[in-house]
Amino acid sequence: MSTAHYAILQKLLLTGATLLLLALPWLVNVAFLVSVNSCDIMGILALSMALVWGTAGIFSFGQSVFFGIGAYVYAIASLNMDGTAIPLLLGILAATLSAAILGYFLFYGRISEMYLAVITLTLSLLFYQLINSLSGPQARIGVVSLGGYNGIPGVPTLSIPGLSDSQLGYVPMYCVSAVALIATYAGLRMLLVTAFGQTIIAIRENEIRAELLGYDSRAYKLAIFSIGAAIAGLAGVLYASWSNFVSPDLFDLAFAGQIIIWAMAGGVGTLAGPVVGCFAIQALTTWLGTKQLTDTNIVLGLIFMLAVLFLPSGILPGLRARLVKAA
Amino acid sequence: MTFLPELLLQILHAVSALVLTSMGLAVTFGMMRVINFAHGEFLMLGGFVMIFAVRAGANFWVAMFIIAPLSLAAFGLVVERLLIRPLYGRILDSMLATWGLSLTLIGLTSTFFGYSQKGLPTPLGSFELFGHGQSYYNVFIIVITFALVIALYAFLRKTTFGLLARGTMQNAQMASAIGVNPHAIYAATFALGAGLAGFAGAVMAPMTGVVPITGLSYITQAFITVITGGANALTGTVAAAALFGLIEQGVNVFGNAVFGQAAMLATAIVLLRLMPAGITGRFFRGSL
Repeated sequence: MSTAHYAILQKLLLTGATLLLLALPWLVNVAFLVSVNSCDIMGILALSMALVWGTAGIFSFGQSVFFGIGAYVYAIASLNMDGTAIPLLLGILAATLSAAILGYFLFYGRISEMYLAVITLTLSLLFYQLINSLSGPQARIGVVSLGGYNGIPGVPTLSIPGLSDSQLGYVPMYCVSAVALIATYAGLRMLLVTAFGQTIIAIRENEIRAELLGYDSRAYKLAIFSIGAAIAGLAGVLYASWSNFVSPDLFDLAFAGQIIIWAMAGGVGTLAGPVVGCFAIQALTTWLGTKQLTDTNIVLGLIFMLAVLFLPSGILPGLRARLVKAA
Repeated sequence: MTFLPELLLQILHAVSALVLTSMGLAVTFGMMRVINFAHGEFLMLGGFVMIFAVRAGANFWVAMFIIAPLSLAAFGLVVERLLIRPLYGRILDSMLATWGLSLTLIGLTSTFFGYSQKGLPTPLGSFELFGHGQSYYNVFIIVITFALVIALYAFLRKTTFGLLARGTMQNAQMASAIGVNPHAIYAATFALGAGLAGFAGAVMAPMTGVVPITGLSYITQAFITVITGGANALTGTVAAAALFGLIEQGVNVFGNAVFGQAAMLATAIVLLRLMPAGITGRFFRGSL
C-alpha cells in the first residue's frame, strides 16, 4: 500500500469512527452507551496526552492531576451554585491556570525532560495524599464537604444553561461527550496545521534549531502545556458530570499511568493513536475486571514493561509501517 | 527552651530518614542517569524481607544488615539485566519500564501478602529527654545514616571499584578501551542502589510497618530530594535532605504531614527554576 492509499484509508477510518460514535445511541442499549460514554471522556484525556507528549514532546505524568483538578473544581462549584455552565468554565480555567503556573517554573527553568517527568509524578502523588487528608468538618468549601478519601458524592450532571433543573439524561450526556471528543480532535488537527502548531512540532524535532531561528521555545511549550491541561480539565469536568462523584482516586498513580499506557499502546506522535489505545485498554481492563482473574495492577504493569521493550512505537505507527511496507 | 534538644533530635531524625530512603535512588540516578521509578517498591521489598526473615528466626541485625540488602541487590541484578540494560541511554523508556515494574510489584505483593500491615517491634527501648520519651531506635537511624554516608563516600572514593565506576560513568568508551567491562559496572552500580534501598526499607520497617503500597509514602520525598540535589549523588542528597528536613519539620508544626510534603515540592519547583541542575549543579561542584 502506498502512502497516498494509506492516507485515504486513514480518512475513511476516521469518518467511519466518527459516524459510529454519533450513531451509537440508536444502535446499543443504555447500559452499554453509559460505559462507552466513559471511554469518550477518557478519550479526551488521551488527546490531551497526545498533544502534550506526542506533539510537543513534553513527557508529563501530570495530565491526571489537571483532569482531577477540573473534576474537583466542577464538583465543588456546581454544588455551590445553580446551573452548571459557570462550574464547567471554572473547572477548565482552574486546570489551565495550575498548568500555567507550574509550567512557568518548569519551562522557564529549562529543566530536562526527566526532571519534568519526576516533578509531575510527584505532583500527582502529592495531590492524592493532600485530597485524602482533607476531611472532617473544617475541610469544606461553601456548602460542600471535601470528604477526604470518601470523595464528594451527588455531583450534578451538566444541565442546559439557564434551566438549572434540566439535568441531562444518559443519552444527551453521551452526545455531549461524543461531540466533545470529536470536536477536540478536530480542533487539535486544525491547530497543528497553523503556524503555531508547526512551530511546536519544529521545537519537538530540534529545539536548538528552532531557538536559533528566533522562536522562544519556553513560551511555546508553556502554551501547549496549558492547552493540554485545559483539555484534561474539560475531560475532568465531563467525568464528574458523568459519574456524579469525585474521589482522590482521580489522582491515583495507577490512573496517571493508564494515560501513558494508552498513549504508548496507541502510538506516541499521532493524535488518534492514544484515543485508540484508550478505547482498547479500557475494553481490556473492563474485561479483566469481569473475569476477576488477577490484580489489574499486575496486568497493567506487565503491558507497560512489554510495550516499552518490544513495541516502542505503538499500535497505529506499527500498523502503518506494516501496511505501507507491504506494498 | 527545654524543647530545643527535642526539636533538634526530630530535625536530625527527619533529615536522616530522608537521606537513608533517597540514597539508593541517588546512586542509580547520579551514577547511571537512570531514574528508578520502582525505588519505593525496592524499599517495600526490603521491609518485607526484613520482617519475614526475623519471623523465620533470623537475628534482627543480621536480617537488617545482611539479608535484606543482599536479597535486594540480587533482585537488582536481575532487574538490571532484563529491564535496564536493553534500555540504557533511553532515559524516558527506562523510566517507564521501571514504573511498570513498580505497578507489577505492588500487584504481586498485594496478591501474595494481602493488604494488612506487617510489622515488627522496635528494639532498643527508649530514654527520657527533658520529660519526653525518645526512642533509641530514632537515634540509631541518625547514627547509621551518618555512618552509611561516610562508608559510601569512602567506597566510591578510595576503592578500585569506586574508581572504575566513576570512570565508567564519565566515559564508558574510554573505560571499555582500557579493559573495563562497562556492563558489569552498570550492573554492580544498579545492584548497589537496590541494596541500599533494601537496607533503608529494612531499617524503616520496624518503625512504620510494611504494606504493598508502603513505597508510595517514601517515593515522593525521595524524588524531590534527589532531583533537587542534582547530579552528585552523595553531596546533593545530603544537602537537599538537610534543607527539606528543616522545611518539613517546620511546616509540620502548623499542619499535618501532607502539608510538609507539599511545602517540600513547592520549594523544589522554585529551586529548580533558580538552579535547573540542582543544588550540586551550582554549589559543591566536583564533589561526589
